[in-house]
Amino acid sequence: MSIPNDHFRQAIQHTPFHARLAALTQTEEWTVWNGCMAPRVLDKLSTEYFAVRSSCSVMDMSPMEKYRITGADAYRFLDRLLTRDLSALRPGRVTYVVWCNDEGKLIDDGTLFQFGDGDYRLCSQHHQFDWLMTSAMGFDVNIEVETHDVAALAVQGPTSYSVLTEAGIAGLEDLRPFGIANLSCQDFPVVVSRTGYTGDLGYEVWVSPENALPLWDAIFSVKSRYDVHAIGLSTLEMVRIEAGFIMPGFDFNTAESTVRANFDRSPYEVGLGWVVNLDKGQFTGRKALVAESKRPAKRRLTKITIEGNKPVGEAFIYNKKGGKLVGEIKCAVWSPILKANIALADIEYIGGALPKKLWARLDYQRELKWMSAWAECRPTNKPFYSPDHRSATPPSRL
Amino acid sequence: MNNYDAIVIGAGHNGLTNAAFLAKAGLRVLVVERNAYIGGATVSRELHEGWQYSSCSYVCSLFRPEIYNALDLGRHGLKIIPLVSSMTFKQDGDYFGSYSQPNIRRRELMRHSLRDADAVVRFDADVLRWCKLIRGFLLRTPPDPGSFRPRDLFEFAYLLKKYYELSESQLYEFIRFFTMSIAEYLENYFENDTVLAHYSGGSIIGTGLGVYSPGTAYVLLHHAMGDVDGNIGSWGFARGGMGAVADALASSFQAHGGEIRTDADVRRIMVAGNKATGVELASGEIITAKTVVSNLDAKRTFLQIMDEADLPPQLVHRAKHFKIRGSSGKLNIALDGMPEFPALPHGSPLTLGHMHFTDTLHRLEKAYDDWKDDRWSADPYCDALVPSQYDPSLAPPGKHMMSVFVQYCPVNPEGGWTDAKREQFGQTVIDQIADYSPNFKDLLLHVEVRTPREIEEETGLTEGNIFQGELTFDQLLFNRPFPGYAQYRGPVKGMYMCGSSTHPGGGVMGAPGANAAREILRDLRRPDTTPQEFSDD
Ligand SMILES: Cc1cc2nc3c(=O)[nH]c(=O)nc-3n(C[C@H](O)[C@H](O)[C@H](O)COP(=O)(O)OP(=O)(O)OC[C@H]3O[C@@H](n4cnc5c(N)ncnc54)[C@H](O)[C@@H]3O)c2cc1C
Repeated sequence: MSIPNDHFRQAIQHTPFHARLAALTQTEEWTVWNGCMAPRVLDKLSTEYFAVRSSCSVMDMSPMEKYRITGADAYRFLDRLLTRDLSALRPGRVTYVVWCNDEGKLIDDGTLFQFGDGDYRLCSQHHQFDWLMTSAMGFDVNIEVETHDVAALAVQGPTSYSVLTEAGIAGLEDLRPFGIANLSCQDFPVVVSRTGYTGDLGYEVWVSPENALPLWDAIFSVKSRYDVHAIGLSTLEMVRIEAGFIMPGFDFNTAESTVRANFDRSPYEVGLGWVVNLDKGQFTGRKALVAESKRPAKRRLTKITIEGNKPVGEAFIYNKKGGKLVGEIKCAVWSPILKANIALADIEYIGGALPKKLWARLDYQRELKWMSAWAECRPTNKPFYSPDHRSATPPSRL
Repeated sequence: MNNYDAIVIGAGHNGLTNAAFLAKAGLRVLVVERNAYIGGATVSRELHEGWQYSSCSYVCSLFRPEIYNALDLGRHGLKIIPLVSSMTFKQDGDYFGSYSQPNIRRRELMRHSLRDADAVVRFDADVLRWCKLIRGFLLRTPPDPGSFRPRDLFEFAYLLKKYYELSESQLYEFIRFFTMSIAEYLENYFENDTVLAHYSGGSIIGTGLGVYSPGTAYVLLHHAMGDVDGNIGSWGFARGGMGAVADALASSFQAHGGEIRTDADVRRIMVAGNKATGVELASGEIITAKTVVSNLDAKRTFLQIMDEADLPPQLVHRAKHFKIRGSSGKLNIALDGMPEFPALPHGSPLTLGHMHFTDTLHRLEKAYDDWKDDRWSADPYCDALVPSQYDPSLAPPGKHMMSVFVQYCPVNPEGGWTDAKREQFGQTVIDQIADYSPNFKDLLLHVEVRTPREIEEETGLTEGNIFQGELTFDQLLFNRPFPGYAQYRGPVKGMYMCGSSTHPGGGVMGAPGANAAREILRDLRRPDTTPQEFSDD
């Protein structure tokens, strides 16, 4: 990628889909995602939300960091980098991964795509090139930043399979969750993975930037028959909480950017112990994680449901009304499909266990007047929302 | 005969800060200043008609917001406007810019190195961690580790607690950081030559050290630990020039009833029965006070305005060997217009910030080699700024004022300084800038060149050392200026130090002055008027 020496004239970049987003937006509510302009909301949040949950949503995910990792030692390198056992990963499959520093603290999470033998793509939330290069010392691997060389759309929702099929992408019926297929859309190649961040049926469609607008147009050409709706990051925030997915840098501070002692988090502490395999052999952070796994748990990022319907923003959590401070809410949303307040909360364990009672102190406004209320919180282990149609193969034709 | 509760010798910004807090506590305070004007190294004067030159310090970041608030300096006219960028010109015609807009900053780093663009996240977090740690000590009297008076124990425990809030690996990193060279420290993060040179410059400013000398990594903090409204590490211009800091302090001091006498050169601190009794001026006039505070550096204080016979011999010995080598020069330039820098695309904001012309660590180290041999750097490290782009009060309309800080410049070139040599030194700097700005020489209307000789003559900073003493660990915290004398008290009762020679050291910070005031008020059993530090947490 070559950057001109007068790039300062444009602080925020445009993605390959920008022209379509700019034409669609009615709110002009933009934010910045990895240096690119990204919509928060394009028309109405509730409409966008229900596109994900009841029809088909389209989100531009081009700003996502993407690294191509190839070479004879690519597998060995990734196995050493990532906490997860990768031995079951096969070409044409994707897996969710996290990686840590030597202290066993989380650097980031992401998805690992295996295209072929010794050919992978790692997608991450934050910039990882320096860490990957540092970790690659001693391995025969080649790491390339592909962030701006690949455009991508997340097409998610119960009708997403039908929409993509109608849009001219044939061959999706056999694609199982976490599968990858090399297909074509009309006359250009696309890579489709059955992956997503919404907890619903959905796909991610990867395309070279020059085919970005044709892909968009193909998908939106079926809008007259299917309710295809472009969505922004505000909707994503709602549905990812419903699905129980966490966001590094928001739900916890990533290790590389942490200034204060103990403000970073281990995979166990954010409830990602299931992606740590201490028996797979050496990996970065293993020693610290082995030690941590033997100690009583200090804290966990916990899914909670908060009783009532008061707006939940940032809030402290106590072990009883007016009791001891035990945690704080990291992200929360009123779930329209569950009609409940749901949240992820960082909670300190007492004696190695979750406190028996959890109460949130909610501060909220009514007509600009601040009010305050106590609400009981109930912890849960499962995703808040995980419909059956999400994993059916072939997906039902709606 | 005049009698005051306290006399502060020197109207540098620390002397004024100290005096203001004493006056705020209700003391009758007199500040005596040798020059006809106040400010010391924090001064702006019209040295060329129509132009305001800040002869010494030129940018502000370290000045403690707690002091600003406690002395109400905003209402006394002080405004500090944040700077937006810094940059380094490259020899190949390109440049590297460090912008404050985060997306532009990242893309500019990516333009030079994809890895460095990522590594800066880790670098920022690590430097911020050390800054936070050290900031917790700025407005505190350093502990005296040899003593077990409860107050010291408390302070020492505070220090240790700060230590133990770090993880084990961070503790080791911290100790490494204090002892490493800036070049080696930065090489832990960055790979690009220009990026390395750009970020290391701040660590050699004012020091008798090179980028590869152990101890320079810490000096980075003296350029990163300040803030402008919470943005740690950012620098700003004082509206009207740096003299505005001293003027606001003086105005606050006077509002609390304080008096300032300029053209009052103190010849001697008078001592009787191991107690300070006042000062004698060069004119022979005697002014008495039970409290006498010196804003002068430790060498001058003990070796020039005190009688050695009044002092413990060990202290005299320490003062004689205090590390205070001059290494910096300064040019203030009146320009007929804004210089052009063809390397910068039209409309670049980078002329608004710091401009540097040294793009490799190798060149920086060579510049140091010259100084060690008592020569000014043939290829110096310069920090150039044109503040008149922000502040029309500094130059007539359409004209500009450029300030160029120069590292390195020797105290005593072979055969000593002459005016001709000073002009040659100035020419070296002008030539370097002109390499990147073809119309620069045509715009020169007036150039004021300062070598350590002029700096010392004007401010009384020994050897022209900008920090009133080198910032190496042997002269920091409870070792500043000397072990056993880090709590602002001199060797005779009623005599104190409040200049940059004391903890936490040099730069326009005000902290030494405020800390000294706290100790003086404690000894006098007066209410403490000095501020509590603002917490970073
Ligand atoms: C060229 C240069 C550039 C600098 N740039 C910066 C910068 O950009 N930013 C920054 O933060 N810092 C900078 N510094 C450092 C900073 O200016 C000093 O560390 C700080 O101003 C010192 O303040 P002080 O009050 O401790 O001492 P001083 O300012 O040295 O004050 C001492 C005062 O005592 C007076 N005095 C001396 N002898 C006598 C006597 N016998 N009787 C009466 N009065 C006497 C002097 O005239 C002077 O006014 C720079 C310094 C220099 C020299």
